[in-house]
Amino acid sequence: MSLLNLENLTATYGVSQALFGVDLTMEEGEVTALMGRNGMGKTTTVKAICRMIASEGGLSLDGQDLHGLPSHRVARMGVGLVPEGRRCFADLTVRENLIAAARPGDWTLETVFQLFPRLGEREGQRAVSLSGGEQQMLAIGRALMTNPRLLILDEATEGLAPIVRQEIWAALRKLRSETSVAILLIDKSLAELSAVSDKAVILERGKTVWSGPMAELGNDITERYVGV
Amino acid sequence: MRLDERYINAVMIAGLLALPLYALAVDEPFTITLVTRAVILALAAVGLNIILGIGGMVSFGHAAFFGLGGYAMGILAYHAQTYTALDLGFISFEGTKSMPLIWLVAMVVSAIAALFIGVLSLRTSGVYFIMITLAFGQMFYYFAISWAQYGGEDGLSIYIRNDFPGLNTLEPIQFFGICFVILCAVLLLKARLQASPFGLALNAARQSAARVQTVGMSPMRLRLLAFVLSGAITGLAGALYADLNRFVSPAMFSWQLSGELIVLIIIGGVGRLMGPVIGACIFVALEHFLGGLTEFWHIYLGLILLGIVLFGRGGLLGYLTGKEGAHV
Repeated sequence: MSLLNLENLTATYGVSQALFGVDLTMEEGEVTALMGRNGMGKTTTVKAICRMIASEGGLSLDGQDLHGLPSHRVARMGVGLVPEGRRCFADLTVRENLIAAARPGDWTLETVFQLFPRLGEREGQRAVSLSGGEQQMLAIGRALMTNPRLLILDEATEGLAPIVRQEIWAALRKLRSETSVAILLIDKSLAELSAVSDKAVILERGKTVWSGPMAELGNDITERYVGV
Repeated sequence: MRLDERYINAVMIAGLLALPLYALAVDEPFTITLVTRAVILALAAVGLNIILGIGGMVSFGHAAFFGLGGYAMGILAYHAQTYTALDLGFISFEGTKSMPLIWLVAMVVSAIAALFIGVLSLRTSGVYFIMITLAFGQMFYYFAISWAQYGGEDGLSIYIRNDFPGLNTLEPIQFFGICFVILCAVLLLKARLQASPFGLALNAARQSAARVQTVGMSPMRLRLLAFVLSGAITGLAGALYADLNRFVSPAMFSWQLSGELIVLIIIGGVGRLMGPVIGACIFVALEHFLGGLTEFWHIYLGLILLGIVLFGRGGLLGYLTGKEGAHV
């Protein structure tokens, strides 16, 4: 049984339909790149998985239908989200941001600080005073503190300095090699996605148009659907 | 010069304890009663500060819980003192004069009311939340006015202060001691709560309900639990206040009292541990000293509030510590 299964998933914002049939399957420990040009439905797909918007079609985690569940229940079932735009709890310190999200499991303050030593150095600092990269690390750390089985990162390296991006990609590679958490990645860096991901799913106008092993993703497909 | 907030907190607690002891030494029992009033109002405001300061919920109907606590005390004591049966339909008993039992009833009744009000009002936010809590408060107010069995608009007098094992509660210093210990216990609870995963999650829910959901918590449940706890503490304060005055009246439910509790917190510092205590002390001092000079003393309170809102966004504690936020 797949960890995550989306089958012909559709979603609307009010009267505007945003997803027209997304198909996506993920296994335990697998890293999947969700790709596509801007406005093709990547973030909407993430929101649908996390039950932040209403959707129809197949949507299940470990075989359990997610429709009808509130988003906090989906998170409790093991879906950790790092939302677009490094949204930390600005008034809380690094340590408090992590404690507020903590759920029992392997991920603790110590293991998060091992993954991102910078956070450990700034544990008493308020999130609002961190740099963009540190806030992103904190957002990832906060999602890990929920001890997810599926970690979703929506544009985790967007707008960050190259050196900080390298730190975050290094952390993701470590997660891939040392843990069994499945990762769904949305990012603009094709090179980094290719290096980390096992497979790719490409969306075009709210619909899955290609999916397969990352090794089989050719230039013709990326030029056609991703624009690089 | 910026002061350390922990130092100010310690000085406040020491001052709050020292003043009644000094008043006892110079035989000024009224001063003890005045400080006791400040302590009880502070207790009610600490309860409100849990939802206002940590959770960002502006309840304009918290006097409902204060009044419920007061009436719980009043009704139980009235039946105990008049040897009449309190008939609840399924059970009939003769009330009680035991303070601990009265506090328990006051907290349970207030918590149940807070649960009911919270379930309905926490579905709203912002100005709608303020209005719906105000409406609930006013419902209790008008119910108390029309409740002729317990004095209606005239209120209900309790002739003898209730009992606490081993203490003479009629002695002002001993009753102050009870209230002071309860305030310290609740302050300790609030400090622990604020730093606990629950308190942090409640704070996080104030900043973004959607983000809190993505880490597996229901903002509604967090807020409801805080609202119930807050209501119970304010109800306990109401029971003590009724015992202090040996009188309960519909005024304990009034929206003015709800507003005053908010004002106390704003003066001292929203979300700060000792904010409500400082606010209550200033409020009672102004009420006593200026109230003796003019019946329009609220104008001066308004000017202080205006000054704090304009120049000290973190309340008086924020001004003294140089830290606007409650995070210390």
